[in-house]
Amino acid sequence: MTETVKATILDAADVQRTLVRIAHEILEAAGGAKDLALVGIVTRGDVLAHKLADIIASIEGAEVPVGTLDISLYRDDIGTKLSPVLMRTEVDFPLEEKTVVLVDDVLYTGRTIRAALDALMDLGRPRCIRLAVLVDRGHRELPIRADFVGKNVPSAYQEKVRVSIRPFDEVDSVEILEAGEGA
Amino acid sequence: MIKSKHLIEIDDVTNDEIYEVLENARTFKEINDRPLKKLPTLRGKTIVNLFLEPSTRTRSSFELAEKRLSADSLNFSASSSATVKGESLLDTAETFDAMKVDMVVARHKYGGYCRILADHMEAKIVNGGDGIHQHPTQTLLDLFTMVERMGTVEGKTIGIIGDIVHSRVAGSLAPALARLGAHPIFIAPPSYLPAVPDALGAEVSYSLDAVLPELDVVYLLRIQGERASGLSVPSLREYTMLYGMDLRRLASVREDALIMHPGPMNRGVEISPEVIADPRAVVLDQVNAGVAVRMAVMYMMLGGEDEAAA
Repeated sequence: MTETVKATILDAADVQRTLVRIAHEILEAAGGAKDLALVGIVTRGDVLAHKLADIIASIEGAEVPVGTLDISLYRDDIGTKLSPVLMRTEVDFPLEEKTVVLVDDVLYTGRTIRAALDALMDLGRPRCIRLAVLVDRGHRELPIRADFVGKNVPSAYQEKVRVSIRPFDEVDSVEILEAGEGA
Repeated sequence: MIKSKHLIEIDDVTNDEIYEVLENARTFKEINDRPLKKLPTLRGKTIVNLFLEPSTRTRSSFELAEKRLSADSLNFSASSSATVKGESLLDTAETFDAMKVDMVVARHKYGGYCRILADHMEAKIVNGGDGIHQHPTQTLLDLFTMVERMGTVEGKTIGIIGDIVHSRVAGSLAPALARLGAHPIFIAPPSYLPAVPDALGAEVSYSLDAVLPELDVVYLLRIQGERASGLSVPSLREYTMLYGMDLRRLASVREDALIMHPGPMNRGVEISPEVIADPRAVVLDQVNAGVAVRMAVMYMMLGGEDEAAA
C-alpha cells in the first residue's frame, strides 16, 4: 500500500515559529526557567526537547536540563508490539521540585503519554508534569490533554500524521498522509 | 526480538540477536542501578523456574530478573517438586501447560531435558543449564561482560581452561565465540577434553603456561567432582599445579586481559584467592550482568511481534 501526501500542515519555517511560541508559553506558565526541565520521548520528542531547550536558552539565557525517555518497557501493548532495540533513557538530573515538561511530536491515543508518566514517576517525584506536543491529532483513548500544543490537526482515523524533524529527518515538516489507491 | 520460540542452545539465537540482547541488557543494567528497580513490562506473564539441580546464582538471577519485570514467578526445586514422587518428565510438562504458564526456565542434570519439555509444551522454554550440554544465558552474560570491558570479542583470544567435557558453560560459549569472530582455545588435560573439540569451534592446547601470555580472556571452569564420571585427573593437587590460576601465573597474564569464572568457584583449585582479588578478575561483573541479560532475554522472548514489522 502506498501513501501519498494529502496536505502539508507545517513547513520548516512554521515548525520553527511554532516551537518559539511553545517555548514562550512554557516560560510564561512556569514563570521563568528556574526549576524547569524538559524530557523528550524518543525519538522525535527527544529532538524537539533539545530544540526547545536551545530556544529557551536564547530567550532567557538560562540552560534548562534535558532528559530522554524510552517508554518501550512501560507500554500497555507489550504482548502484541515490541521495540526491537531499546533506546537509552537518560534523565541525569534529580526530578524532585522540578516542573517537568514532557515533549512529544504527536499526541494521538494518549497511551504513549500514559506510559511516559509511569516511566517518569519511576525516576523520581517531580513537582508537576506538563505536556508539550507539536501536533494534536485527536482520537484520544485516555483522559489526557496537552498543556502546550503546536497545532491542532483534526485527522481521520485512517490518515497518518508524519512529523519530520532535523537532524533525525531530512526536513522540518508536518504532513498528513493518505493511503493510496490499490498497490 | 528473538525469532526462536525457545532458547535451548546458543544456536537458537543469531549473531544479530545476540548483539540485540547485549544492547538491550545495557538499558536493563541502568535500571538495576536505579533506586526503584521495577518495571511493569511483563505484568500478567507467568514464569516457572524449574530447577531440578542445585543452583544459587542462576536461579536467583532469573528470579530477580522476573520480579524486576513484574512477571509472576513460581519456583520448583528437586526436593519440593513431584518428580521426587516419581512423576515423569512429560507429566510435569503437561501439568505446567494445564496451568497456562508463559515460560519455563529449566535446569536438569541431563542434557536434552529442555528439548523434551519444548517438544511437549505450549510454553516457551529457556535453558537454565541442562547436564553437560548447554547454558545459553551464561554465554550471553559472559559476552556482555567481555564486550563491556573490551569493546568487542572479534579477533580476541579466549582461553577456556579446565573441565571442558563436563562443562555446559563451554558447550555454549565456545561456539558463540567462534561464530562472533573470536578465537576460543580449550586448555585442559586430554582427559578433560571432548572427543571432537573442533566440533565446538575451538582450538586445543595442553599447556596453560604456553598460551597464557597470548590470552585476552582467561576463562576458568570449575572442576566438577559431582558429575557421574568423578575426577578425570590423578589428583586435584596435580590439576592445580598444571592448570590452576595462582599468584605465580598471574604475572604472565596480560595487563589488559580479563579473568572470568562462571561460578561457583573452588578457591585454591582452579583459582586462588589472590587471583579473585586481582583487578583483572571480573567474576562479580559477570553476576551483575546476569540479571540484566536475563531481563533482556525474557523481554525479547515474551514481547509481541517486532514493532518495525507490525
